[in-house]
Amino acid sequence: MKKDFFSWLHIKKIKPASTDSDINTVPLPESQLDGLMANVHHLEPQQLIYGCGQSIGKQRDHNEDCVFTLSIAIGGEKSSFPLGLYIVADGMGGHQYGEVASSAAARTLAGSLLKHFLPYLVNPASGMEESLQELMRSAINDAQKAVTQAAPGSGTTLTAALVLGQQMTIGHVGDSRAYAIHQYGGGEILTRDHSLVKRLEELGQISPEEAAVHPQRNVLYRALGQGEVLEPDIFTAPFPQSGYLLLCSDGLWSVLSDSTIFRLVNAEKDLQSTCQSLVDAANEAGGPDNISVIVVQLKT
Amino acid sequence: MGSVYLARDQHFPNVVKLVAVKEMINRAPDSLVRKTIVQNFEREANILAAINHPSIPRIYDYFSSGNRSYLTLEFINGKDLEAIINETPGFLTEERVLGWAIELCEVLQFLHGHKPDPIIFRDMKPSNVMINLQDHIVLVDFGIAKPFQVGQKGTMIGTEGYSPPEQYRGEAGPLADIYALGATLHHALTRRDPRLEPPFSFGERPIRKINPAVSSELDAVIGTALQYNPEDRFPNAEAMKDALVAAGHKTGILNRVGPNTTSIQTQSGIKPLWSFQCEDEVRGTPLYFSGSIYVGSYDHNLYSLNAADGTLNWKFATDGGVVTRPAVFEDNIFIGSEDKSLYVVSSRTGKIVWTYYSDGRVHSSPRIAEGHVFFGSDDQRIHAVNLLSGRAAWRFDAAAPIRSTPFVTQDMVYAGSEDGDFYCVDFRGQLKWHYKAKMAVTSSPWVADGVVYFASLDGTLYALDAHAGWVIWRFRMGKGSISSPCLMDGSLFVGSLDGNIYAVDIHTAKETWRFKTDHQVSGSPAIYKDALYCGSVDGNLYCIEYRTGRLRWKFATQGPITGTPLIYDDIVYTGSIDHFIYALLA
Repeated sequence: MKKDFFSWLHIKKIKPASTDSDINTVPLPESQLDGLMANVHHLEPQQLIYGCGQSIGKQRDHNEDCVFTLSIAIGGEKSSFPLGLYIVADGMGGHQYGEVASSAAARTLAGSLLKHFLPYLVNPASGMEESLQELMRSAINDAQKAVTQAAPGSGTTLTAALVLGQQMTIGHVGDSRAYAIHQYGGGEILTRDHSLVKRLEELGQISPEEAAVHPQRNVLYRALGQGEVLEPDIFTAPFPQSGYLLLCSDGLWSVLSDSTIFRLVNAEKDLQSTCQSLVDAANEAGGPDNISVIVVQLKT
Repeated sequence: MGSVYLARDQHFPNVVKLVAVKEMINRAPDSLVRKTIVQNFEREANILAAINHPSIPRIYDYFSSGNRSYLTLEFINGKDLEAIINETPGFLTEERVLGWAIELCEVLQFLHGHKPDPIIFRDMKPSNVMINLQDHIVLVDFGIAKPFQVGQKGTMIGTEGYSPPEQYRGEAGPLADIYALGATLHHALTRRDPRLEPPFSFGERPIRKINPAVSSELDAVIGTALQYNPEDRFPNAEAMKDALVAAGHKTGILNRVGPNTTSIQTQSGIKPLWSFQCEDEVRGTPLYFSGSIYVGSYDHNLYSLNAADGTLNWKFATDGGVVTRPAVFEDNIFIGSEDKSLYVVSSRTGKIVWTYYSDGRVHSSPRIAEGHVFFGSDDQRIHAVNLLSGRAAWRFDAAAPIRSTPFVTQDMVYAGSEDGDFYCVDFRGQLKWHYKAKMAVTSSPWVADGVVYFASLDGTLYALDAHAGWVIWRFRMGKGSISSPCLMDGSLFVGSLDGNIYAVDIHTAKETWRFKTDHQVSGSPAIYKDALYCGSVDGNLYCIEYRTGRLRWKFATQGPITGTPLIYDDIVYTGSIDHFIYALLA
């Protein structure tokens, strides 16, 4: 497949309902060409490698964040694919409740997803009853129940990426973030912060400067464990090809600019060092909150 | 934060007098705070006890015991508006909602005019509006319960989705109630729960886009109530009531002139550039190639027409109806027929080049890729035929007729079958994976970025992982579909037998808009520039802005349109069951 990768890219653009003569092709930028060329010698089977880092920060006395990672590779003639599950949860609510909430959310989500997906993984012939997005939705609902039970009155953010083959399905509530980061710098935020002040800023009601010091800047309008109705953001997107997926709590993104994060991710050779340098940079910037980060790469 | 009990007042032994008893539990840990909460509760109960209004439940008594406080209220026999919204299939009528809206304005006007201090309701939302058996509104759950809510620890509050921005700054005046009333009416008319949407995003969900039956007059009133800045809203509840009444008179709803039948018809003065009459129905899809239009008809012919004026170049007769879309390769036109054959015809002369025979009728359109032509047949096979030799490279055996048109990428062929199986076959004809939908997949798949999309008669639009067949998401439509999706700018567009054309976000599987036609949509949409073109069994060809779902024009033919329109060089070509092929300006 790789040798004809370019024609494969172009073929995708054919519209079934139109004539062959209006195929549009877009020249690839140099960086992407390099990325594709770098793939010529590839490793089978495809596998997800990751690093993760966590720090209490410099101003808090305990850690209310929770991370969860899992990578599986299956290699074989008939089917060969990677599976990964990566979760960041940032609990809040004071006392012990924050950490109880984030831990309950991450574990319950992982448990629920795996319980429903593993039977299909070991026996693909069993057929999938529910879609990946439906599994993610019910797992988040389970996590919501677990948080309400384990730590009533508390709350937690939850950002989870289920990577399967080339696609990743992301479930998201709160203001932890998922980024897609390109191999040659640049990247984009995949998630939307469910933050009241962010929303006011989007609407042009307050300036970014006002937002940064707004007394309610930590107020979320959606979080697990809060309110009766929960509508998580759930979406599926291709896993960043020859790039990285990064999940983090606001302890990282609130003190490091996006460009700093993108630069640091591309600066190190292995993902553990990457996470170390990200956590160090957040602490050097004051470390006002707990810091959690997961960086994932699809090795091909 | 408490329970409500249905109770009987035993002071009146000879009649059944039902009351509601509301219990509130004081959970504040600090005794001073607890005391303050009880004092506030009693103060508010005293205010409400003095109020007499038909839309506010009477308060009979209150008392506290231990850490619990109780309020005895008039029992309202009815349902809250949230339950009514959820239980009503489809939308509530404008007439009903308008009636409630006017009453809600009246009660707000009364509360805001309270002396010495105005009473701000602060919590207008459907679940706090009871509709009694006479279809009148009663406002329940006054702010009286509020002091009992223990302040959230740390840095979080939830939003109810109905409150205006200024309420988050702690400035809740009468205009905050106006906004929340607007939000409540918006929810009632659109069925879109604002708690499930980003805060203050009503402007992104125009009422009439979701529920076109609502009048623009009522829409405008609610829009004013929902203004982001308080000074842009109605100055008071009375002004809003006046605007509602004026809207009701203008639309005739309040004049009681019978059912409101104002329909917004976009009368098109659109005339075709040309039309061409075949001898039977045109169910297939045209192809443009080198100045000519190629299209098959049920009259067994493949026609070649001059694209500019519709004059006949030639016609080629098969022995069966032609319902497929032609394909072109190196000056040759490929077409499948119900006579079981795939014909290859010279585009210049209309003379046959070669023929390939399957063992079943051909309803699947040929797809040309990598030196082969791929198509399905009612003989339950996908055929891969070599373009040079005209011989089968392989045949893939399915368990039912294949009427969907294969989608071919570099190394995979995708097609659905009439028993609901969806197949991914590699270039050697070996099954890579398959997925079983609950009913037939006649819809032709579309593959992009590693995801394959198709619709099924089981009423679902599917997104599957193109490499392995995992279900990524499912989107439910009102009825089954045989329409083939097309993709543009991250949205998927597809028709359904429920009469709608749907636009669905490919990442979130959420509906961005839907457009209702007057009959089944069995044809497939096509996108050209900023518009979507799609035919319906109601006989119309619709031109819709694909980002908003707004109708631009429609063109009526005399019969259902079941094929896919073709747009080339600003001209739309479509066939109709009325036997004609039409060319229209896009």
